[in-house]
Amino acid sequence: MSVAFSLPDSRWRAGEIAFWVAAALVYVIFPSDLVLASQVLITGLFALSLDLILGYAGIVSLGHAAMFGTGAYTAGILARHGWGEPLTGLVAAGLAAAAVAFVTSFIALRGADLTRLMVTLGIGLLLYETANQAAEWTGGVDGLSDMQVRDLFGVFPFDIRGRTAYLYTLAVVFLVFCVARRIVHSPFGLSLRGIRESPRRMAAIGSPVQRRLVAVYTIAGAIAGIAGALLAQTTQFVGLEVLGFSRSADLLIMLVLGGAGWLYGGLVGSALFLVAQSRLSRLNPVYWQFWLGLLLVLAVFFAPGGITGAIAARWQKGGRR
Amino acid sequence: MLSALPGVLFDGVAYGSLLFLISIGLSITLGLMNFINLAHGAFAMVGGYVCVVSTLRLGLPFGVALVAAFAAAAIAGAVLERLLYRRLYGRSPLDQVLFTIGLTFMSIAAATWIFGSGQQPVRLPESLLGQTRVLGVDVGVYRLFLIGIVLALASGLALLVTRTRFGARIRASVDDARTSAGLGIDVDRVFSVTFTLGSGLAGLGGALGIDVLGLDPTFPLKYMVYFLLVVVVGGAGTIVGTLAAAMVLGIFDVAGKYYVPSAGAFVIYALMVVLLLLFPRGLLRRAR
Repeated sequence: MSVAFSLPDSRWRAGEIAFWVAAALVYVIFPSDLVLASQVLITGLFALSLDLILGYAGIVSLGHAAMFGTGAYTAGILARHGWGEPLTGLVAAGLAAAAVAFVTSFIALRGADLTRLMVTLGIGLLLYETANQAAEWTGGVDGLSDMQVRDLFGVFPFDIRGRTAYLYTLAVVFLVFCVARRIVHSPFGLSLRGIRESPRRMAAIGSPVQRRLVAVYTIAGAIAGIAGALLAQTTQFVGLEVLGFSRSADLLIMLVLGGAGWLYGGLVGSALFLVAQSRLSRLNPVYWQFWLGLLLVLAVFFAPGGITGAIAARWQKGGRR
Repeated sequence: MLSALPGVLFDGVAYGSLLFLISIGLSITLGLMNFINLAHGAFAMVGGYVCVVSTLRLGLPFGVALVAAFAAAAIAGAVLERLLYRRLYGRSPLDQVLFTIGLTFMSIAAATWIFGSGQQPVRLPESLLGQTRVLGVDVGVYRLFLIGIVLALASGLALLVTRTRFGARIRASVDDARTSAGLGIDVDRVFSVTFTLGSGLAGLGGALGIDVLGLDPTFPLKYMVYFLLVVVVGGAGTIVGTLAAAMVLGIFDVAGKYYVPSAGAFVIYALMVVLLLLFPRGLLRRAR
């Protein structure tokens, strides 16, 4: 990984603008695939939140679904008990997930990599079991249904073909992405990358390492919670699997295939992963798992930076000429 | 409630013995090379399936099937170590996690493809069925047999590690791989051999555990947490620590499921987080 120790150039590049225009054009070009497209954006946002802690701050988490699930259940339970206004629901979900992330960060960020891995995994499993047990609130294994999400701005109803859902998701994801982009390009974001490269040196030059990590973990938690709430509101259903281990593991896979430490890595990875999954698992879910496993093994050996990592490396070379 | 305690303790110890048997290889390889091997459960699964095929399809005796399970898992471990694992020592934990998750997924898909997704039955020899009375407590013969085997193996391993030259090399390499290599110990070879042995023991544990843990293609993921937990709580690279952690976890898991069945797996996960917080470097903290 090449590290430039100056504030990154934060101007929007042409490729980025093209990316978001393309995302908007999906609405026109693939009107029958909007449900999948919304899933891609939501999962991409979730992957972006993991990228903040993994790609930028260097924390490997195997339990990031804990925050996603907290957000999904918060939005779901609110909508079920009469608070169906989507935007305030999103905010509430983000706050709840940020609270969970903040509280757990103090235990999750202790120790070395392996301990962190285990503690994040443990917290994820604990929340899963809690949701499973609190069936009165969460619906347990059956999931949480009959949510009543109100019309967006009181005008646009969430239709069955997912048109409102897609535009709503796209707008929220874009806004949150801009916030994340701003964070990454700020001195705070630069200090996170410094911590990823060498926590000791950052501490030695006076950076409050632990506080920075808690802060980014909390921010990432809030973003993951918003992604979870988006999923709950647009599908009007929350199942236990929002907290499952495989959601955390798949997320890690997407992010790494897309390229960690690169803002678009999560979105690209999620698009590739979900489209491939929806095509291939139609043939046979078992084969999908096999090929996914093989792809991971090959990626570790041959493409350590992921797909967008390779593109980024090329871009940087071009830029330095 | 309390009258069931001895029985619960006994089952917990039997369960803990299995956890120890499967996790010990993981513990030593983790201690040796700091390699995070999430696919360790897959080797146990290989052993389990080899045992099922040998007893039910080939009609071999149970004892022979156990040896075959050990051998198959050990060979799989040796081959994969030589071809793939070896190239990832010293890579970032993330790469190791991804690689071993990939391996786990492939093993699950392969097992589903070959054997189907159902639970596998096991045929135990007549002599290991039924109940017997030990010190006034009714206990299953098979579980007694399990504890016996694991105690024997654990003592054997302890002797190997503390009394032989090879054991001294393992201990030296765990303590400080660089210095050991500098002193002329072939750390790579030590690691290959322990990896092979550890995979074999996991395979044996998988075969012995069909009756207790069950066996289906999701085995490596389902028990991954338990194996990792034993290792992390026990402190990587120690036999005694691993044994103690396996027993604690086994007993708490069985007791939790018996006394508070509604809490399900909650007990074990809560215990894991608490233990990790109290002993961030393992139950028997190693002075460094």
